[in-house]
Amino acid sequence: MAIPEFCAWLENTAVASNIRQSTWLFPTIETIHVLFTVLVVGSITMLDLRLLNIANRDRSVSELHDEVLPWTWTSFVCAAIAGSLLFSSNATKYYHNLTFRMKMLSLLLVGINAAFFELRTYRGVTKWDQGSRIPLAAKLAGGLGLVLWIAVVAFGRWTGFTK
Amino acid sequence: MPLYERSLLTSTSSYFQAIHSTDAPATYYYSGLCCVGRGEHGTMTETFCDWLSRTPFSMTIQTVLWIIPAVQTVHILSVAVVMSSMAMLDLRLIGLVGRRRAISEMVGRFVPWVWRTLVVLATSGAILIIGEPSRELLNPYFRAKMVMLAVVILITLVVQLQNKRNATYWETRRAAARVTGLASLLLWVGIVTAGRWIAYF
Repeated sequence: MAIPEFCAWLENTAVASNIRQSTWLFPTIETIHVLFTVLVVGSITMLDLRLLNIANRDRSVSELHDEVLPWTWTSFVCAAIAGSLLFSSNATKYYHNLTFRMKMLSLLLVGINAAFFELRTYRGVTKWDQGSRIPLAAKLAGGLGLVLWIAVVAFGRWTGFTK
Repeated sequence: MPLYERSLLTSTSSYFQAIHSTDAPATYYYSGLCCVGRGEHGTMTETFCDWLSRTPFSMTIQTVLWIIPAVQTVHILSVAVVMSSMAMLDLRLIGLVGRRRAISEMVGRFVPWVWRTLVVLATSGAILIIGEPSRELLNPYFRAKMVMLAVVILITLVVQLQNKRNATYWETRRAAARVTGLASLLLWVGIVTAGRWIAYF
């Protein structure tokens, strides 16, 4: 099944129709989506700022990493579930919406950046765990993460203003 | 009409409610139409909204269509900083997470960020109010949000001041810490919720 057909099927499911027709379901799910999104962005920003040597310099990178990521991942799963429900209510429209596509692209890049950091850069963390001698690759991961998450939020907010 | 508010728009017949339930910048209807449907003699707040919406600054925000989404993005990013900091601190006060870390350390780490970021939130919020005065000032969700904000600021000040006086204050008063953390967390969730619902009134 191609994506347009999938979208058409998705928005005709009972769940999607209910969200679309209800006066309060969409804003309520949207509120949940916003609540968990701010937790995702806020928590991962703490680590990104450490990698950029801007904040939390008195704490080791690995300690902050281990403390912050459970927050980020738990919130991300919740935000993604709420977001999928919002998407389902008007799947075809969102699929054709350029701003929404940009948001998804930014999210994909966030994932690639995070995966590269976890699988490559972070492997050598013991060498730069303490203090401010962060290698360029890790600084880059922090900077990219920060910029890409800002893009995700901006495109997300913009989607609300577009048809 | 914006996608997000579509379901709500179809459920309201009143033009006044319809224009106020959209997220779209208010280009066409705020200049002079602030009090549509509310009679010639509005309340003082309505008169103020009407005046504010005719000021050059407000008109600029109304006509330059990217300003409101851009400022809202800054606003949400700042909410991310405050909400994450406060959620971590509040859950620690409640005793649910991070018990390896001292409360006083977390207060010292997070609360200064909250105050700094609140300045950004107040500034971006003020721009949004100036751009769409009646959307905010006449909105019950906005008013509820401001009341909750005032209360949570007071609570946070108390947490910070008691912690400054006595670093083990909150560690040794478990019940008080729990109630305070829970109240603060619920208020912040309420603030974000009311904030999002402003768009749907």
